[in-house]
This record gives sequence, structure tokens and C-alpha cells, in this order.
Amino acid sequence: MAMEQVYLAIVLAPLAAAVVSGFLGRWIGRIAAHTLCIAGVALSFALSAWVLKLLVVGSLDPYNGLVYTWAVSDGMRMEVGFLVDNLTALMMTVVTFVSLMVHVYTIGYMRDDPGYQRFFAYISLFTFSMLMLVMSNNFLQLFFGWEAVGLVSYLLIGFWYKRPTAIFANLKAFVVNRIGDFGFVLGIAGIAYYTGTLDYAEAFARTDMIVGQDIFLTPGEPTKAITIICILLFIGAMGKSAQVPLHVWLPDSMEGPTPISALIHAATMVTAGIFMVARLSPIFELSEAALSFILIIGATTALFMGLLGLVNNDIKRVIAYSTLSQLGYMTVALGAGAYAAGIFHLMTHAFFKALLFLAAGSVIIAMHHEQDMRRMGGLRKYMPVTYWTTLIGSLALIGFPGLSGFFSKDIIIEAVHESRIEGAVYAYWCVLLGVFVTALYSFRLVFLTFHGKERMDEHTREHLHESPLVVTLPLIALAIPSIVIGWLTVDPVVFGGFFSGAISQSPDGPLAEIGTSFHGAAGFVLHEAGSPGVYLAAAGVLTAWLLYLKWPTLPGLLQSRLPKVHRLLDNKYYFDWFNEHVIAAGARSFGRNLWKRGDERVIDGWLVNGSANAVARVAGVVRQLQTGYLYHYAFAMIIGLSMLLAWLLIKG
Amino acid sequence: MITLSHYLFLAGILFAIAVAGIFLNRKNVIVLLMCIELMLLAVNFNFVAFSRFLGNLDGQIFVFFILTVAAAEAAIGLAILVVLFRERRSINVDDLDVMKG
Amino acid sequence: MLTEILFYTFATVLVGAAIGVVMSRNPVHSVLFLVLCFCNAAVLWLLIEAEFLAIVLVLVYVGAVMVLFLFVVMMLDINIETLREGFTRYAPLGGLIALIVIIEFYYVLWVKRLGLDVTGGVAPMPEGYSNTEAVGAVLYTDYVYPFQLAAVVLLIAIVAAISLTMRRRPGLKTQDVSMQVAVRRQDRVRLVKVEVEGEQ
Repeated sequence: MAMEQVYLAIVLAPLAAAVVSGFLGRWIGRIAAHTLCIAGVALSFALSAWVLKLLVVGSLDPYNGLVYTWAVSDGMRMEVGFLVDNLTALMMTVVTFVSLMVHVYTIGYMRDDPGYQRFFAYISLFTFSMLMLVMSNNFLQLFFGWEAVGLVSYLLIGFWYKRPTAIFANLKAFVVNRIGDFGFVLGIAGIAYYTGTLDYAEAFARTDMIVGQDIFLTPGEPTKAITIICILLFIGAMGKSAQVPLHVWLPDSMEGPTPISALIHAATMVTAGIFMVARLSPIFELSEAALSFILIIGATTALFMGLLGLVNNDIKRVIAYSTLSQLGYMTVALGAGAYAAGIFHLMTHAFFKALLFLAAGSVIIAMHHEQDMRRMGGLRKYMPVTYWTTLIGSLALIGFPGLSGFFSKDIIIEAVHESRIEGAVYAYWCVLLGVFVTALYSFRLVFLTFHGKERMDEHTREHLHESPLVVTLPLIALAIPSIVIGWLTVDPVVFGGFFSGAISQSPDGPLAEIGTSFHGAAGFVLHEAGSPGVYLAAAGVLTAWLLYLKWPTLPGLLQSRLPKVHRLLDNKYYFDWFNEHVIAAGARSFGRNLWKRGDERVIDGWLVNGSANAVARVAGVVRQLQTGYLYHYAFAMIIGLSMLLAWLLIKG
Repeated sequence: MITLSHYLFLAGILFAIAVAGIFLNRKNVIVLLMCIELMLLAVNFNFVAFSRFLGNLDGQIFVFFILTVAAAEAAIGLAILVVLFRERRSINVDDLDVMKG
Repeated sequence: MLTEILFYTFATVLVGAAIGVVMSRNPVHSVLFLVLCFCNAAVLWLLIEAEFLAIVLVLVYVGAVMVLFLFVVMMLDINIETLREGFTRYAPLGGLIALIVIIEFYYVLWVKRLGLDVTGGVAPMPEGYSNTEAVGAVLYTDYVYPFQLAAVVLLIAIVAAISLTMRRRPGLKTQDVSMQVAVRRQDRVRLVKVEVEGEQ
């Protein structure tokens, strides 16, 4: 069997499952729908893993091929094609694995939901879209996947479409993503304009056609075209990967069902931006200014979004802010030029963040869809599996030495430390402080939820029990890679030549610097165990323990002592307020002005009706000439005739 | 000697009188039709004169066709007039302003 | 010399008659003046040896068209008194227009000339020349299709005039040929099955 068929099967299996369970869901029933979707995704996962294995240890060469030519316009080929190399294969495997876990988990989580088949159709469709995105070999298909995952995200955030908050949240996600997509599509257009192709390989080969070019954003001041294109592309990533200031949709997206939060808004879709930047690294490498921009945005997101996690009480939102923060880390890695580290963190994060979300979902099931951590506590003894997996996820998240997050995060911090581009110092302090904050909010969540006093009401307490196997099985399945994946893969993925050919990394970049002192995973653990990051994480855990277990009154005291800080955090730095009152209100008043003044007065009043009225008025005057009397017409004819004759005579 | 100019000028005078007649007669469509006949006569005059003084027979053939068309026009014009009179009991030109804008 | 006298005489009468057509109070008089116009025109055409057209003008125009005019004028019951209203009011304007047109013609013919030899006489004709024969020879050869067309025009004029003026009076007993042609069997014949009333 040719590899092309394998790749097609990987992509189309979830799509077929989605179509069948989406359109025929009512006829085939629940069990058939989830069996079909899980089978589709499982097939995708199995094949993806096989492809990854062949690529890594086998002799399979990276594949770059055309499947279908959609249109050719003026030499611009619009195609569907696959580019499968190590980067793609890694992403495919991660996506399909998490997706498979989420599919299984969904059986338990959505058991009583009337939209069961619809939900499965959506998540299978999402898997298809995400695979199209990562497997694309051209910008057009990338954009298709980009928009398709955005669409499914929209549908899934608003899955409970009877909730006004869900509808508001999905609209917000959609609109904010459109802003990012606007930049993204402009960036793609820029690349197509300068290189005349949409194909990755061709575009990368022709980057010298962009490098020398200048764009005049303001008259007289040239800006490097490559910088503008990179920043525009990154704006797309900012929307999709929820970087400041386009992050506002991600916390709200927690209105969607928890499996979705795990799959789309933690593990896969939000990392599309990171993947895109890594995939397009040959272009991004050309603009240091754009990398600085990425670095600063990422660092800001990493620290300040983490801080927000400290004051939120909604268990899912805390994890959402954690996701934002971790996405910030990945972005920082990209900005520092350590693409492999970014992708590595993407992979480890996908596992432990999906784990945390699913664990939170498990808690939410047990609490009868109560999400407020202030009403939880002491759940450890009721839900041991959930507790232990959450603890593993949290430890991985904060970078406990040896767990997956430790490797990826520490390498990022080191890479930023080694980076010499503008903003690296700021970024270094941000990510370093971010470690403390991460540990603090993570263990705040753990302590508030699983330890301490039981603050729930009697009725809920009586019904507390561990979640069913379909829920806990994915948790365990995700906990295992959360522990070991870093240990196993750090050497080849980050420092080995795993991404050679897929990612363009400058040979004297920060990773190479770290690589010289890297001697195996165990050595790395020992070497880095004394790094400031580990101390800060420990300090964070300790602080959380003091604040939430030892002296639980202290947080309230702090809150009343520092009202301004708390208010700032509670209002999420007023981003929503700003968007609502300045941007949205401004846009509304702008639109209203255009409507009232521009459209109704100028266009309708003057141009459309005005011209018609003018014609009517002129005609009203002119029609007086049309008396209907024969002799008037004859008179006019004769006058005209004699004038014409006179003119001819005078002229010559 | 009678020259081409004499004939042409005579035709011009006829034409001018016919034109004046169209303006002067506001009450009677029949006189208008007769004025048109006069105009056609003036034109025929020109054709005949040119034909004879330039020694080319085509002009006279044209007069022949003009006479044919004029006869047809007169017949239809009068028929319309009769219908009009039946409808309105009047052939006053001032009453005929259906085409008024 | 004789030609000049004849020309001026008939031309004067022609112009006078034309003025009469325009100015006369009674439309019947207008028609009669028009007849006079045509007769004079015919004589003037005879003077320049266009005999055929002169005869045709008298026969067709005076004999047929003008009679038609006269017939219509007399048939219509026209109130002559009202017909003259406003005549004097428009006379200056009409006169002015006529004058302008005449001046322009004069200017064209005697001042500009436009490259025409307008001073020479009539083109001379050979001995035994027949105008009618010459016209006929051209008309039935070079202009045979326009001639046919002219016939069609006249036919259409006849049809148009008749269809315009014909009135359908209700109650008149006539045949409708189209209905007779379009009749179908079932309109006329009805098969009826009659019950036998024998055995009772």
C-alpha cells in the first residue's frame, strides 16, 4: 500500500465518521455513533503512530505530495497536498491520541446529553480539520484547516446553545479569531504576492524574493516586508493560540463541554499557532524583529495570564488560564528561535493539560456540574484516581524534576536565557517568575479541590463517588505519557536531529548552546534540579500550601489588603472591559455613523434618492416642453432645421 | 432665361409657405395635412428641376415614388382623421394633446 | 421670352394659391386652392419638359388625392367659425419663420451656389425623345424592385385605411369566415343514445 493512501485514510476516517454520525446520528443511535467515531479516530491514531514509527526508526522518507489540484489561477496552484515529516507525524500522533482519549472520555461525560451524536460528529470533524491543518503542504490547505478548526471550536463552545453565556462565548471566540485570521490571511497573501506560490517547499525556496523587499506602511519609512509578513502570520497564531491581547476568548470558551476544553482549547487547536510558526520557521528565521515581537508577546502571556489563574475560582477557568500561560511559554520558545523546544512543550503540554482538563471534568461530573472550587474540598478520599492523575498532571505542569513538563519548560527557560535577541531579558524574567505562579495556581487548584474541608452541600456529598471507567481510563492513559514522555523523547526531539529538514533552526541558536551541555535525560535532571526554576516551583507549591491549607484565612486577608491588585486581576486586566467599551462600542458607533450618516443620508439621501429626485425635478421642468401639440413639435423641428442650415452657411 | 435657381427658389418659397401654414393653423388638422402635401410638392419641384437641369432621370423616378408614398400617407392620414372625428367630434389641433408629457 | 412670361405667370399664381391654402377661412377653399397649386405645378413641370410627371401629378393628385381630401372635408361636420381663432396671433411668428427660411434658401441659391451650375438652361434632349418612355425604361429596369415595393406600400395603405375606418355595427347579420373554417365535428354533431321503449 502506497503511503499516500495511508495518509488519506488518516485524514478521511474521522471525516467519514463525522459525516455519518452527524447526518445519520438519529437513525444509527448513540452506540453506533460513538463506536463509529472512536473507530475512525482509533484508525487514524494507529496509522499515525505507525507512520511516526516508520519515520523515526524505519526507513520512510518524508513525504511531500499532491493529492488534488483544486484550481490554477495565473500560475498560482491551489492544491490539496500532504507534507508528512517528523514534525507532522509527531503532531498527528499527539492530536489523534488526545482525540482518541477524549472520544472515550466523552462516552462518560456526555452520557445524559441529548446532543450525544452531534457532539461525536463535531469532535470527529475537529480531528479531521486538525489533521488537515497539520498535514498540509501548502498555505491554502493550512488556512482551510485553520478555519475549519475555528468553525468546530465555535460549534463546540456553543454546544449547549440554549445557554446565553455559551452563545456569547462562542461568538466572542469566533470574532476574536477572525481578527487573528485577518492578519493570517494577509500574511499568506504577502507570501503569495512575493513568491508567487502557496506551496511550503517552493515558498521556502524563494524566501530570498521577500528578504530584500520593503513595504511602506507610512510614506517614506520602509519596513522590511519579511518582518511584516511574519508579524501578520503571527497575528494569526495569536488569535488561534490565544496570545495577549487576542487571548480573551479562551477563558470564555470554557462554556463548552469539558472534553472540548481538553481537546480543542488545551491540547490541539490552540497549539495550531505554535505549530504554524514552527512549520514556517524558515520564514520566521529571516526576521529577528518578528521573533522579538513573538518573544515579548509570549512572555507577557506566560506571566500575566498565569497571575489571573490565582484569583479565579472556576476550576476550568483556572486551567484555562494555565493553558494561556503555557501557550505563552511555547510562544517564547518560538521567539527565542528554539522551535524544537516549543514543539516539545506543545507535545508534553498536550498530554498533561488534556489530563488536567479531563480530571477537572471528572470532578465536575462528581460535583453535579458544580465548577466553583470554593464549594469543593476534600475530594481526595472520594475520587482517588482522579486525585492522583490530577496530581501527576499538576506536577508535570509545574516542572517537577523528571516529569515531562520539567524537561520542556526548563529547556525553554534555558533557551530564553541563552537568547540574545531584543526582549530576551524581559522574557527570561517573565518565564522564570511564571514558574512560581504556575506552581502556585496549580497547587491552589489541587488543595482547594482535593484537600482541606469539605465545603459542598450534604446532598452532593452523599452522591460523591469515583467516575466510571470510561472517564478514568483516559485519565490514566494520559497520565502515563505525562510522566514519561519527556524522559523518553527529550534527547532526540530537542537536541537530536529529529526535526532536521522540518524546522529551520539556526545552528548557533540557543538550543545548540544548551545541547553542548546536554548528556542524556538523567544527566539533565541532575544538572537542572538545582536550577532557579525548580526552586521557584517548590516555593510556589509551598506558598499554595501555606495559603490554602495552613492558614486558609490568609487569602481573604490579602485580598482586602490589596484591593487594587485584586480588582485588576479579578477584571482580567480590563481586557474585556476595554474590548467591550472601547473597541466594540467604538465599532458600533462607527457603524451607526456609517449607517445613519453614510448610508441613509449620503448614499440613500443624496446619491440614490437624491439623483432620482433630481431627475424627477428636472423632468418636471422639461416635461412642460412636451405639450402634445403637433405644431409645437413642428415648430421645434423647423427652428432646428433653420438653425442647422444657418450654421452650415456661416461655417462655410 | 429660366435657370435652375428659379425653380429651386420657387420650391423654397412654397416650402416656407407650407411651414408657415403649419404654425398658423391651430384649429384644423386637414389644413395641416394639406400643408404637408405642399411641402412634398416643393420637394418634388426640387427633384424635377435637378433632374431636368442636370440631365439625370433618377430624380423623376424619385418623384414618382414620393407621389406614391404621399398618396398612401394622405389616405391613411385622412382615415385617421375620420376616426378621430368620430371619437371626438372635433379636428381642432388644440384638442389633440394626448402626447402631453 | 415666352418661357419666362409663362414661368413667372404660373409661378405667381402658384405662390398665390399656396398662400390661399394656408390663409383661407374655409377648408373647402383650401382644398380647391391646393388643386390650383398642383395644376400650376404641373404646368411648370411641363415647361421644363417633365411631361410624364406633370400628367401623373394632375391625374393622381388632383384626380384622386385631392378629391379624397375634398370628400373628407365635406363629410366632416366642421364648425368653420372656431377654426380661425388665434390665427392673427400666430401670423407674425409664422411669417417670420417663413421669411427666415426663404432668406436662407435665397442665400444658398444666389450667394453660395455650392458649386452648382445654376445659371444654365435645361439639358437639351435629342430629337424624338419621349419623357414617358425614358422614365418607363428606367423604372422597369433599374427600379423594378422599388416599384414593386411602392405597390406594396399602396396596398398596405388601402388595408390600413379600410381597417381604420371600418365600423362594426352590432346586429348586422354577416358570416364569420374564420369561425366557419374553424368549426369542429363535435360542435355540430351530437350522438345521443336513445332508450328503447318497446318492451313494457
